[in-house]
Amino acid sequence: MRIPPAMAAPFDFLPLFVIQRAVGLVFAQVMARHPALLDRLGDHGAKRYGFLPTDLPLSFVVEPSIPMISVLRRSVPVTTDAAIEGPLYLLLALLEGKYDADALFFSRDLSVTGDMEAMLALRNALDDCDIDLPLDLGAMAGPFGPLVTRAVGYVREQALLEEAPAWN
Amino acid sequence: MELICPAGTPSAFHEAVNAGADAVYCGFRDETNARNFPGLNFSRDELAQSIAYARSKEVMTFVAINTFMRAGKEALWYGAVDDAVRLGADALILADFGLMAYTAERHPQARLHVSVQASASNADAVNFLVEAFGAKRVVLPRILTIPDIAKLAKKISCEIEVFVFGGLCVMAEGRCSLSSYVTGKSPNMNGVCSPASHVHYRQDGKDLVSELGDFTINRFPAGEAAGYPTLCKGRFDVGDSSGYAFEDPASLDVMAHIDALREAGVSALKIEGRQRGKAYVAEVVSTLRKTLAAGPLERPALMSRLHLLSEGQRTTSGAYEKRWR
Repeated sequence: MRIPPAMAAPFDFLPLFVIQRAVGLVFAQVMARHPALLDRLGDHGAKRYGFLPTDLPLSFVVEPSIPMISVLRRSVPVTTDAAIEGPLYLLLALLEGKYDADALFFSRDLSVTGDMEAMLALRNALDDCDIDLPLDLGAMAGPFGPLVTRAVGYVREQALLEEAPAWN
Repeated sequence: MELICPAGTPSAFHEAVNAGADAVYCGFRDETNARNFPGLNFSRDELAQSIAYARSKEVMTFVAINTFMRAGKEALWYGAVDDAVRLGADALILADFGLMAYTAERHPQARLHVSVQASASNADAVNFLVEAFGAKRVVLPRILTIPDIAKLAKKISCEIEVFVFGGLCVMAEGRCSLSSYVTGKSPNMNGVCSPASHVHYRQDGKDLVSELGDFTINRFPAGEAAGYPTLCKGRFDVGDSSGYAFEDPASLDVMAHIDALREAGVSALKIEGRQRGKAYVAEVVSTLRKTLAAGPLERPALMSRLHLLSEGQRTTSGAYEKRWR
């Protein structure tokens, strides 16, 4: 599942600070709810990781030990220790451990560059910390939490269902 | 036959238990196990919690302490054995004879399994380990045919465990020096084959180029399934030809032969893959569990689900069905 160009286009015009604010809140929530991530990352927590969705005109740079996430226009070159590139839904699925990263590498759906030791540590740390985006987002939505959890969960379910045949 | 399943993290451990493992094998977060990759493996607390969870589901936990001790640093390996026993591991998977001797002497009640890394592949070698250290099971190297295994089973006095699915080595477990030759680190001594610290990927036009140290290992054109950046799976120019000099990037799958393995005297079927994600563990363990319960005609369709999860998106029966001899 790729984000259609028509849906991705508005991100070219949306002010970066708005996207940064929204993404930063989600990132802070995830880091706060999964402290074990940093322990498993060890020294690699201080590295800079690039997440480059191929279907969005944006790049995300994560520095776990700070913790900080920076959003940049895709046209702006990013300096990272390691980077992973692929469709957004696959990057999110990896974040949650829904897909096996090696299998996505074999199939060439994802590509990785830079410090592979850091990338491997991040992959393994994410895989262990049971991130559940619907629950994590719901937890920051106050009284609307259950609604948000259900809505995000529905979107995730549809995305995974759509891709399921690829594994058979 | 028991299904022995891999776990590189506590989360993968839970998936393996929930998907139908009879036993889960795992290792400590250090050089004592042959999957010493960054971000992987278990702290002592994590192992204790995982063993407790497995016990609650009547599943066993095997702890792999299967690298070879370094002179002067034996305490790291001895400590791993002491802790695994203290935490309640159901078996220790060992490769180093010195560590087996330590375990047999200090923890005679501990169940000792001979790791594939020990390369015990004939009756004399296996029986020596049974007699000297009380080994209860041997994990056979992936160099034997099924008739070879059947002949061996009649001559040894311990259980046999064999790999049936997952990553396939160059078939010289415990003795392979390819990674060490290029990087100075090996699975045998450091727990890492082709360590990530020495791996680089780059795009060259539409080709994906993988490099290990100073060597180009492979070049995958657009659309071709990729493999691991190990020397044994490298594509090289040899004389006038170019191709896979050692072996193709493919994973092992001998689930089509489980009846023959049972008849040969095999007690346990092992899945490789402690370095893989929990999604892989859940999918492979549940599929193999269903396949074990299915009839021979249903098995190929069930196992075909796993091709895309395999290295190079291909599988092979390897030496179990040695057609090249």
